[in-house]
Parts: sequence; structure tokens; C-alpha cells
Amino acid sequence: MIAIIDYGAGNIFSVKNALDYLGAECRLTSDIKELEEADKLILPGVGAFPAAMDMLKKSGLVRAIKEQAEKKPLLGICLGMQLLFEKSYEFEECEGLGLIKGYVDRIDEPGLVIPHMGWNKLVYNHDCPLFEGLEESYVYFVHSYKAFCDDKDLYAYCEYGSRVSAVVGDGKFVFGTQFHPEKSGAAGLKMLENFAKM
Amino acid sequence: MLAKRIIPCLDVRDGKVVKGVNFEGIKEVGDPVECAYEYNLQGADEIVFYDITASHEGRGVMLDVVRNTAKKVFVPLTVGGGIGSVDDIRETLRAGADKVSVNSQAVKNPQLIKDGADIFGSQCICVGIDAKAIAPGKWTVYINGGRIDMGIDLIDWVKQIEQLGAGEICLNSIDTDGVRGGFDLPMLKAVVDAVSIPVIASGGAGKLGDFAEAFLKTDCSAALAASLFHFKELTVQQVKEDCRSKGINVR
Repeated sequence: MIAIIDYGAGNIFSVKNALDYLGAECRLTSDIKELEEADKLILPGVGAFPAAMDMLKKSGLVRAIKEQAEKKPLLGICLGMQLLFEKSYEFEECEGLGLIKGYVDRIDEPGLVIPHMGWNKLVYNHDCPLFEGLEESYVYFVHSYKAFCDDKDLYAYCEYGSRVSAVVGDGKFVFGTQFHPEKSGAAGLKMLENFAKM
Repeated sequence: MLAKRIIPCLDVRDGKVVKGVNFEGIKEVGDPVECAYEYNLQGADEIVFYDITASHEGRGVMLDVVRNTAKKVFVPLTVGGGIGSVDDIRETLRAGADKVSVNSQAVKNPQLIKDGADIFGSQCICVGIDAKAIAPGKWTVYINGGRIDMGIDLIDWVKQIEQLGAGEICLNSIDTDGVRGGFDLPMLKAVVDAVSIPVIASGGAGKLGDFAEAFLKTDCSAALAASLFHFKELTVQQVKEDCRSKGINVR
């Protein structure tokens, strides 16, 4: 069973719809016991970093997520991916989950349309089990902040001004996608299917 | 590189896709869930449902359409029409929409843009605009489906929208809408140059080359059309092939 962590942020139903469509058993939950019982976790999220961290803290989920991420696959999506990092500078400096080394800051380059909204092409940087069976893929992004991390943790990126971290991980159980796989057509569904099969 | 988006729009009334000219002689042309699915197969980058229902019952039907579409179409869905409050936005997003498009209500109450962006994030607040030229290089904003001139300068309005936290603008030209002679390039260019959020071109697409023209002559992020796709005069795929052949990056 995949637990989709429901902490009051974002359009979590889209993630559930996609997993249902793939026939992957999943549950929306904020119950720590269910996170422990699950085979895998998905951390979704849209909105602002500080507000989301605040909600995770209030739900008592920060420690549970950190503990579970050492034992089973965890996929952060969009803001959920950004939360995996050590800190963010959205509005103010704010501590994240610290599961991947790096930080999140505003996409700030002259002349760029912000948010980075729409379909962009993935450039594969390192092998990742999420990419199995994928060839050239466009995926759907919508964000104004991006993650800065070590090259070894950057599995794929896309070009928007400079590089935008698209798929990241800790080399073990933790994965994150800046784009929305649940809104990225066939390519996104394939990645979710790959995650469900891990 | 970020791809230019092609967005088909479905006008929906009481749960049915309809098409009519100026709200007269409206005819039903299909089931919105099936139409959305078909557009998805053609490679649509997003799908817009525009709710032209006035009644409260109709709204509930619209939300069912969104719910059912979101179960089988995995590209972004936008819902516009009749969204006037934070509760309307919440309800629409919960049904499975990724974005809402606010138009007349945002002109009457600009705070709606700020409240929506603060609570749900800028990424889901698209502001739809109907505008018309009053002089060369000058346009004013209309509401109620292009029937009432609010006398607001278009460029002032788009700057205000951006400040309030809108994530995107869908710009419809009353002058070119329905004429099928191509998008309103001067208006489009003026708006794209005035803001740094994405702008969707709307109103006027009549033939294959109109989409590529908008992308080649302005920096708009996306182009939207309804009837051209409804009546199967063109498919999304054909439009993308034409764009690709002209060196425009599409998915």
C-alpha cells in the first residue's frame, strides 16, 4: 500500500486518481501508524514552503517521515520534493526535512517568465529506477522556486534559463520530482508505475 | 526548453459541451468527459472547461464533469466561469481542477485574486480577460462575456493582476474572437511585454498557421481555441506538427 501523506496541502486527489488508474493500492492519510504500515510514501504539496512545513510539524509528521524514509521508498512531488531539502528561502529562511543535501531558492533570472509553468523536457543525469522504460519525456512543471543540490543527487534536470532540478534523490530510498507526474500524461504515469513497483 | 502549450477549451452548459455564436443558437456537441479524453489523446497540453451555466444546479453538474475527467485525463485541468469566491475556488480545486480561471468577478473584486493566490498558491489562479481596442495600442477591459465595458485600461489591469499574485493570464480579444482571422497580435504583445507571468492567447484562431504565428511574433506561453477543435476542423496534433515544422518547441 502506498500512503499519500495528507497534511492539508495541495491537490492530493490528483495523485490518488493517477494511482487508482494504475491499479496501485493507495490511501490518503495523516495517521502515523498507517505511514508505518505502508510499503511506500508519497509526499505531495503545492503552495508555500513555510506553511507546508508548519502543517507537517503541527500534524507531528516530521519525525515519522524522517524515520520511514530510512526504511521504504518516499517520493516527494513538487513542493513535496522541495520539502525534502535542508532549507528554503521562500519568504524567509525555513528548515526542511533535510533528507537530501541542498536548498531551495527563487528562480531568479532576468527575462524569464515566472512561474516556470508548462511542459519541459527531462535531461537524464544519472540512472534512476523511476526512469525505467522512459525515452524522451516532456513533463508538467509549475513552480517559482527550485532546488540546488549536489550533482550526484540530481537524477534529471530541465533547461529553463539555467538548469532546474527535476528529479532528485538521496541514492537510497528518497526520491523527489519538481514536476507533477500525476499531470504529465503517459510519461508521468510511467514514473508513478515505476515507483509503485519499487 | 519549455514547450509552447496548445490548449483546447470546452464550453459546458448543464454538463454538456455546447457551441454557439454569441450565446445564440447554442447547440450541444457532446459529452465533456469524452471530449476531454479525446483532446488528451490528441496531445493537448491542458484542457479548459468553461462553465456557461448560470444556475446553482448546473455548477454541481460541472464539478461532476471535473471529477470524472480527473479520473482518466492526466494533464492539467482548468475551470472557468462563475467562480466568484474563495469557496468556489476551493470546491473547484477539490473536484480535481488544477487551476481556476476568474474573469468578471476578479474585475469587480480584485481581492479575490489575492485571496485565492494566498490560500491556494499563484499557480492555480489564472485570470481571464476580455478586452477590446479603443484606439491603436489602447484597450479596455470588459466583463460579462464581453458585454460591459468597465473602462479599465488593459495594461494597468494586467500589471495589477500580476501584483495581486495571479499565476497566469488568459487574454481574449473581443475584436478577433469569432472572426477566425488569427489572434490579436498587437494586444497580445502589449500584455506579454507588460508582465512576467505566462500569457495564454485566446480568440481568433481560424486556421492552422494562426497558432505558430502567435508564438513566432509574440512571447506568449500558450494558445487556446474552442470551436476550431470542437468541430474537428483541426486536431491538436496537426497544430503541433505545424508549430514543430516552423521551429517552435512543442511537446
